[in-house]
Amino acid sequence: MGIRCHAVALLFVLALGPGAIAADQAAPAPRSGIAFASADIRALQLDDFANPGMLWVARGGKLWSAATGRSNRSCVNCHGDAASSMKGVAARYPGVDAATSELLNLEGRINRCRKDQQAAEPLAYESEDLLALTAYVAHQSRGQPLQVSVDAVARPYFARGREIYYRRQGQMNLACTHCHEQNVGRKLLADTISEGHGNAYPIYRLEWQSAGSLHRRLRACYFGVRAEMPAAGSAELLDLELYLAWRASGLPVETPGVRR
Amino acid sequence: MLSRIQVPSAARRGEIIPIRIAIQHPMETGYRPDHFGRRIPKNVINSLVCRYNGLEVFRAEMGSGIAANPLLQFYVVAADSGEFVFAWEDDSGQRGSERAAITVSD
Repeated sequence: MGIRCHAVALLFVLALGPGAIAADQAAPAPRSGIAFASADIRALQLDDFANPGMLWVARGGKLWSAATGRSNRSCVNCHGDAASSMKGVAARYPGVDAATSELLNLEGRINRCRKDQQAAEPLAYESEDLLALTAYVAHQSRGQPLQVSVDAVARPYFARGREIYYRRQGQMNLACTHCHEQNVGRKLLADTISEGHGNAYPIYRLEWQSAGSLHRRLRACYFGVRAEMPAAGSAELLDLELYLAWRASGLPVETPGVRR
Repeated sequence: MLSRIQVPSAARRGEIIPIRIAIQHPMETGYRPDHFGRRIPKNVINSLVCRYNGLEVFRAEMGSGIAANPLLQFYVVAADSGEFVFAWEDDSGQRGSERAAITVSD
């Protein structure tokens, strides 16, 4: 009976195809990438002193209260203590900016604040300072479940993100889904394929010997399937980031994560 | 150079206490080329010293085999109340330091 039900359900999904997967129903119980990591990596992420990503969080904490730009104002001037004002914020990003209807991730929001509130130059994507501020802000939401909005204004971004997720691309002709849904738990060289959730970003990756953004990691996936890599911070990666965040709904923010 | 240290704020005399320090540093090996094929010069934290009330209790001489953002841990016997002072220097001549106080009770 159980097997038959599954078979019927499978046929149903196949008939609808990936594009028709119920849009507001994320995977029932997403598993964070840390669940696929080795014991020593898990221990490193859990140890708040040994976790190298905490160096970026600490740097971000200093930047948070450092006055900058022509306004000579710091983040503290508007937001006060990040521990309370930023708690839960990262769990809602990326989100659509009410004023401009643009999709912004945390990095984009920080740079928007720099421009509008601090009259400062935007920080380059993947720069140490932007990584540090992003890690610091996201860290304040650690443990909070991801809950992004994919309602009316966010809908077009979300739909594009989902389209990218299921689009075959590159010389390998693979889509995200082929690894991160259809081959989860299997090996890709020495790595265990995870479900590909972004709930721990920015992460410290041993391979990078540095902290890095989700977009850096996504670009590495594009490189892996031999596709043309969109620029970090580009619309394509932002749309994909929104879809990924929705897909990971309910997973706790882990920033700063540690991965191999 | 950003760093973090972990020293217990209080200990009993004779207690063995763990001391940890993490430093944000690229620990450039000197073997890597940049995007233009030019060799990136070696730049590692070559020496790090920890003094406990002026007495040297730990010294590390590191080379290109140590990963970026090194984390060092060692153990010290708590003798007297006072201060741990760390000082280090990399190949580019940049120096860093950290200090932390400890209260030792009988």
